[in-house]
Amino acid sequence: MQFSPVSRGHRDAMLRAVGATKIDDLFESVPAAVRLARPLDLPDGLSEMEASFALRALADANTPATALVSFAGAGCYDHYVPAIVDHVIRRPEFFTAYTPYQPEVSQGTLQNIYEFQTMICELTGMDVANASMYDGATAFVEAALMASRIKKRHKVIVAGSVHPEWRVVLRTYAASGNIEVVTCPVENGVITAATVTALIDDSTAALLVASPNFLGHLEDLASLGEAAHAAGALFVVSVNPILSGVLEPPSSFGADIVVGEGQPLGNAMSLGGPGLGFFACRTAHVRQLPGRIVGRTVDVDGRGAFVLTMQTREQHIRREKATSNICSNHALNALAAAVYLSAVGVEGLASVGRACVAKAHYLRDALLATGAFDAPYEAPFAHEFALRYMKDPASMHAEMLRRGYLAGVDLGTIDPGMDGLVLFAVTEKRTKAEMDAFAKEVASL
Amino acid sequence: MTASDARFPTSAPSRGPRALIFETGSPESRCVVAPELDVPEVPLDTVLAGCARAQAPALPHVTEGEIARHYHHLASMNFGVDSGSYPLGSCTMKYNPRLNEDVCRLEGFAGLHPYQPIETIQGALGLMVGLSDALAEISGLPGVTLQPAAGAHGEFTAMMVFRAYHTAMGDPRKRVVIPDAAHGTNPASVAMAGYEITTIASDANGAVDLDALKAALDTDVAALMLTNPNTLGLFDPNIVAITEAVHAVGALAYCDGANMNAIMGKTRPGDMGFDAMHINLHKTFSTPHGGGGPGAGPVCVSAPLTPFLPGPLPVRLDDGTFSVGWTDHSIGRVRSSFGNFGVFVRAYAYILALGGDGLRAASEQAVLSANYMKEKLKGTYPLPFDRPCMHEFVLSGARLRKEHGVHTLDVAKRLLDYGIHPPTIYFPLIVDESIMFEPTETESLEDLDRMIDVMLTIAGEAASDPELLHGAPYSTPVRRLDEARAVKQPDLRWRPPSAR
Repeated sequence: MQFSPVSRGHRDAMLRAVGATKIDDLFESVPAAVRLARPLDLPDGLSEMEASFALRALADANTPATALVSFAGAGCYDHYVPAIVDHVIRRPEFFTAYTPYQPEVSQGTLQNIYEFQTMICELTGMDVANASMYDGATAFVEAALMASRIKKRHKVIVAGSVHPEWRVVLRTYAASGNIEVVTCPVENGVITAATVTALIDDSTAALLVASPNFLGHLEDLASLGEAAHAAGALFVVSVNPILSGVLEPPSSFGADIVVGEGQPLGNAMSLGGPGLGFFACRTAHVRQLPGRIVGRTVDVDGRGAFVLTMQTREQHIRREKATSNICSNHALNALAAAVYLSAVGVEGLASVGRACVAKAHYLRDALLATGAFDAPYEAPFAHEFALRYMKDPASMHAEMLRRGYLAGVDLGTIDPGMDGLVLFAVTEKRTKAEMDAFAKEVASL
Repeated sequence: MTASDARFPTSAPSRGPRALIFETGSPESRCVVAPELDVPEVPLDTVLAGCARAQAPALPHVTEGEIARHYHHLASMNFGVDSGSYPLGSCTMKYNPRLNEDVCRLEGFAGLHPYQPIETIQGALGLMVGLSDALAEISGLPGVTLQPAAGAHGEFTAMMVFRAYHTAMGDPRKRVVIPDAAHGTNPASVAMAGYEITTIASDANGAVDLDALKAALDTDVAALMLTNPNTLGLFDPNIVAITEAVHAVGALAYCDGANMNAIMGKTRPGDMGFDAMHINLHKTFSTPHGGGGPGAGPVCVSAPLTPFLPGPLPVRLDDGTFSVGWTDHSIGRVRSSFGNFGVFVRAYAYILALGGDGLRAASEQAVLSANYMKEKLKGTYPLPFDRPCMHEFVLSGARLRKEHGVHTLDVAKRLLDYGIHPPTIYFPLIVDESIMFEPTETESLEDLDRMIDVMLTIAGEAASDPELLHGAPYSTPVRRLDEARAVKQPDLRWRPPSAR
C-alpha cells in the first residue's frame, strides 16, 4: 500500500519544478559512502486486506485475559469500559490532532484536559493536576525528582511495598546521580512509620508509598505522612483511581504529591500500554510540576477559552533547566479516562469500587475456605490480595489456564522472594458464579 | 467575515466555547448504571480500616446523549490531520491509516494483560520481535528496545545506556555536546540523565561546525547528540567526519530520529556512524499523535551497546517460539510493562502495508514535496540556508517584520483562517522569525499548491493590510488568547459551587 496521493505525473512535474531530473538529485547531500545501495531487507508491501489478515493472525495467536475468567491485576486491571468511551476517542478530530500548541483550533483537546485535570483533583483531593504522563511508574519517578527539586535534597525513601517494576524504574532513573533511593523494608505486607522514622533524615526529600500497595494492602497513610513531614520531607502517594469513590483521598493524610496509573479508568489493558500516568500536587508546588498544564483564560473577544500555560517550566522553553524532559502527554488516554468518569459519574465510580471490594473479599474467603491456600498477611486490603498456595503455583496456573481461568499473578515469577504467593485482583466484571466455580476447581486440583 | 458577523449567530451550538461537562446535565442524569451486586455487601469503613471516603468527589452527572454531544462539540473545535493540511515541521503529521486503528483494538491485542503466561501472548511477542527487526534494518542499528513511551523518553533511555556503557568500560564521562539547533528535549533529557551540556554553534551552512565540535570534544565527553537530517531540514554532509571525531575521543554518537521520515531506505544512521537513535513511531510510522500522545520512542543501538538495553525484551527462540529476556548489563526499566503496545500494533501494520520499497517511496515523496514547496516560497519568504532540503525546510519571516511589522506569529494565525494548520514557528532558534514547513508525503499536489498560494496571499496581505494579520484569526472557534492572564491568574481546574 501507499498512502501518498501524488500521482506519477505530478511527481514528474514536481521534479521539474525543483530542477531535478531524478529523485536522487535531492539526496546529493547524503555522502555516497553512507547511501543505502540496496533495498531495505523487509517484506514487500501488502494490500490492506492482506495486512489486515496478517495482524488478525497475530492477534489470534494470543489468548487475551478478557477472553478468560481473569483475576490478574498487579497494576493493570480488566474493568468494564462503557461503549461511549471508544466512540469518543475514535473521533479523528481528537486522535489525529497534534499537541494543542495552536489553541484557536485546539479547544477540544484543551477543554478536555482542563476537565481531566479537574477530575484528577477531585479524585485525589489535590489542588492541581497536570495533563497526564506516560504511565504510573514514570509519574512516580517524576514525583521523586520534583520533591528533590522542591526540597533541594538528594535522597528519597521508597516503600518496599510499591510495585516492583516501579521501583526498578525509580532505580534506573536514579543511576543518573540526580537522586539517591533508599528502600523501606516491608513488614507483614506494609511499611511502618517506625521503620520510616529510623531511615529518614534531613537529606530526605520525600517518602514515596502506594496505597493500595503492590500486595493490595492499604498503608497507614496518616502515620506515614506524619513521619515524612516530621523530617521535613514531602509525602508522595500513589493510588488506584478506580477506588477513589470508596477510599478517602490521600490529601486527607497530608499527601503533597499524588500520582498513579490511570489505565483502570476506561482504558484497555493492551499488554500494559498505553495507559496514562496522572500527577497532582498542592498549589504551592505548581511551578515545579512536570509536564503540560492547561489553564482557562479569555480570547480577544472576551470569550472563555483554554490554553497550555506555565510553559516556562517546560523543555521547549527552558531546555536543560526544565522541570522534566517530557514533551508529550497521553492525551488520548486521558480523554478516555475523562469520558469514563463522566459516564460512570460519582455514584457509578463508588459502585464500581464497592463491587470490586466486596467481590475481592468474597473471593478471598472462598479461596481460604478451600484449604488450598493460606493467608500470609492480615493487613486491610481493597480489591487485590495475596495468598500462599500450598502446592506449586506454576502448575496450578497452567492447569487453571487450560480450564479458562487466569488465576491471578504468580508472584514468584516477578520476585523470587515472593515464591509461592499468588496475587488476586477482582474487578466488577467477575461474577459470584465465576468465583464459586473458580474456588471449586482450584480446590479439586 | 468578523466574529460579530450577524449571519453567524454566536449562540449557534456548533460555534465557540461550550459549558464544562461539570456544568452539563442534571443531578438526576446517569449514563452507565452498575448491575446489582451479586455478593454480600461488605462494611466499607471496617474492611478499609476506617478509610472509607467521607465526601464524594464532584464528577459530572450526564446521560450518554449528553456525553456524546459534549465531546462532539469539543471535537468540532479541534483540527486534526483529517481536517486539512498540517505542515508542522519536525512533527511529521502524516495521514493515520484506519486499518491501524482497527487492528490495535482486536481483542487478541487490546485484551492482553502484561502478566499473562508467555504461551498466551505468542502473537504479541512475535509482533514486537517483527517490529524490532524492522526498526533495526531501517536504522542500521541491531539492538532495539521498544519500551520508551516517546521521543524524549527514548533520548533519556539512550543517555542512561551510554552512561552504563562508559561506566562498565571503567571510563565514566561527564558531558554531552549538543548543537544550538537541537530540539529542547535534547538538553532536558541529557540533564535528566545527569550529564552536563556543552552547546556548540552551527556553521554558516546550518550544519555542525566541525572545528567547534572538535574543540568541544575531549575524554570527558560521553556523547554528541545530533539530529540528522537536522532541524533546518538539511542533511549534514560531514556526517562521517562528525561521528569519527566523536569516536576518536571514546565518545558515542546519538541521533535524534525526529527526522527519520526523510531517509527511510535511502541512508541509515547506523551506517553514518551513529551508535544509537530513537525513532518516533508517531511521526515516521504513521501512528496518531492523539492530541499530544500516546506515541512511542523505541531506541535502536549498536551491538556493543545492546547488553545495556532496558528490559524486558521480546526474543525469538531457536524453535521459532517467542519469549522475553533481559540483557546481562541491563540498565533496568524506563517504564512499566513492555511499552506502548497499542502503538506498536499500529506501526507494525503500517510497515507491513508499505513494505521496504513503500517506506523508501514515502521518504522520497516527503523530500520531493518539501523541496517543491521550498522552491515556490523562497522568493517571498527568505530561505536562510538555500540548499536542497530533506523532508522539511525553514523560512524566515524577518523580511515581513522589517517591511510591514508583521511577525511570524501573525502569519501562522492567519493560516488558520484559510483552514491550514500553521507550520512550526520560532524553532529552530537560530533562524530569525523561523517558519518550519514539513508537508509530508500524504499531501496531494493540489494541497501543496494551495498551501503555497495561501502563503503568498498572506505575504500580500502583510503588505496591504498588516492590521488584518495582527488581528487574525477571525474564523476559528475562539480567537487569540490572553496567555499572560492564564499565567498571572492561574485557573487550572473547575471547582464545584460548594467549594468556591
